[in-house]
Amino acid sequence: MNFWERLYLPAIFQGMGITFRHMFKKKETVFYPEVQREFSENWRGMHSLKRDEQGRERCTACGLCALSCPAEAITMIAAERQKGEEQLYREEKYAAVYEINMLRCIFCGLCEEACPKEAIYLDGPIVPADYLRKDFIYGKDKLVEEPMKLS
Amino acid sequence: MSEKVKVTIDGITVEVEPGTSILNAARQIGGDIVPPAMCYYSKLEGSGGKCRTCLVKVSKGSEKDPRPMPKLVASCRTGVMDGMEVQNITSPEVIEARKGVVEILLINHPLDCPVCDQAGECHLQDLSFEHGVADTRYEFERRTFERIDIGDKIQLHMNRCILCYRCVYTADQITEGRVHGVLGRGDASEISTYIEKAIDNDFSGNVIDVCPVGALTDKTFRFKNRVWFTKPVDAHRDCPKCKGKVTLWYKGEEVLRVTGRKDQFGEVEDFICNTCRFETKNTSDWVIEGPRHIAHTSVISANHYEIAPTPVIKKNQVLIEANKIEFDRATKV
Repeated sequence: MNFWERLYLPAIFQGMGITFRHMFKKKETVFYPEVQREFSENWRGMHSLKRDEQGRERCTACGLCALSCPAEAITMIAAERQKGEEQLYREEKYAAVYEINMLRCIFCGLCEEACPKEAIYLDGPIVPADYLRKDFIYGKDKLVEEPMKLS
Repeated sequence: MSEKVKVTIDGITVEVEPGTSILNAARQIGGDIVPPAMCYYSKLEGSGGKCRTCLVKVSKGSEKDPRPMPKLVASCRTGVMDGMEVQNITSPEVIEARKGVVEILLINHPLDCPVCDQAGECHLQDLSFEHGVADTRYEFERRTFERIDIGDKIQLHMNRCILCYRCVYTADQITEGRVHGVLGRGDASEISTYIEKAIDNDFSGNVIDVCPVGALTDKTFRFKNRVWFTKPVDAHRDCPKCKGKVTLWYKGEEVLRVTGRKDQFGEVEDFICNTCRFETKNTSDWVIEGPRHIAHTSVISANHYEIAPTPVIKKNQVLIEANKIEFDRATKV
C-alpha cells in the first residue's frame, strides 16, 4: 500500500460519491398504503363475492370453493331464500354465513376456478394487517361487493 | 338347481344361474364393466327397462344360436344364455349410444347441481360426467313444475325427475296402500301422490334413498349441508319396524340426516323405517359401528378416514398412542 491508499480518503470519497448519486436517482420503493403499486393482470388479492346485473348475490352456497380450498379456509352455512327476497339472492339457496380465514388462505385461486356461478373472484387489494386472529376471519360484510349505485 | 350358464362380458367369463340378467351377471364380475343403471334396482321387483343407460351389445346370442342380437339391448331386462358374449365398454357403439341416452335424460333435467341436495351422490351427475357432452342441443323450454311436499318430510322436485319409476315400485312393494304413482304419458308424465295426498306409511321415506337424482329429497336435510362435508358413520339401533341398520351423516356432533346403507351400486342394503330416518337424530339413539366405507372415486371421500394411518416409527409407543388419539379425533365426528 502506498501513501494515498493508506490515507483511505480517495476510497471514502468514492463511496460517498455513489451514495450521493443515488439521492438523485428514481426511487424503487413506494409509500404504501398512500401510494399503491399497479397490480399485474393475474394478481390474486382479497376475495370478493360478486353480484349480478340486478344486484343480487350470485353465490348459492354450493360448497365447491370450500371443497377445492387446499388450506380449508372457507366455511359457509346455506339458507333457503324466502318469498320476497328475490331481489337479494339469485338462486333459491344462498349463503347465510360465508367466512374466509385470511390467515389460512394461500391465495391460490382454486375457489375462483371451482365456482360454477362466477360468484367469487380474488380481484381485491392486499389483505390488510391486523392485531387479532379473529379479525382475519372475513365474513360477508367484508367480502360481498357493494351494491351498484343508482345513477 | 339347474346347470349354470357361461356368459362372457367384455372378455371376462362368469358362470351364473340361468335366468340371471346380463346386468346382474356383470355385477357378479364387478369393476368397470358393470353397466350403469338409473332405473333398475335389485331390491325392487319389476324395476328396470326404462332409462336405457344399461344398454349393451350382444355380439353372440348363445352357443346354440351364435347370431348377434340386431340391436343394443337393455342389460337389466335381458336374461343370459349359455355361451353368450356381451360387449359393454369394449364396444364403441355402446359408448356412443349411452352418450345419447344421457343427453336425452338431461333434456328436461335442470343443471341446478349447486343448489340440489343430491349433488355428490347423484347417479345422473356421475353418468353425465362420464358420458355426457358439455352442451345440450335442445332448443325448447324445459318443463318446469312447482315444488310439491309429499307429507311433511319429503319434497318432490318434479323438474329433476327422470321418470325411472323406482319410487313408484317402492311405494307399491314396501308400502301396502299406494298413494304414489305416475300421471300422464310420454312427455307429460309426472310423479304424483294423487292430489298431493300425504304418504302415511312407515316406510315412505325410502323413496328418497331409491331416487337416483334429486327429485325426492329429505326435507329435514334440505340445504343443511353438502353431502361431501358430512361424515358417514355406520350405526344401528333396535327398531321394532325395520332392521335399524343405517348410515348417519354427521357434521360436527350433529346428525344431519339418516339414510339406508348404500352398496357399491348405490342400492340400499335394507329399507329403513321413517322413525329411524326422521325422528332419531341423536347420537344417543344409535350404536356406532364405525366409519362407512366410501369409494375413493366419490367426492364424499374427501377428508374421510376409515383406517388408522400407519405410525411414522412403528416401534415408538408414544407415537403409536399419539396416532390413535389423532385417528379417534378424526373419525369420532
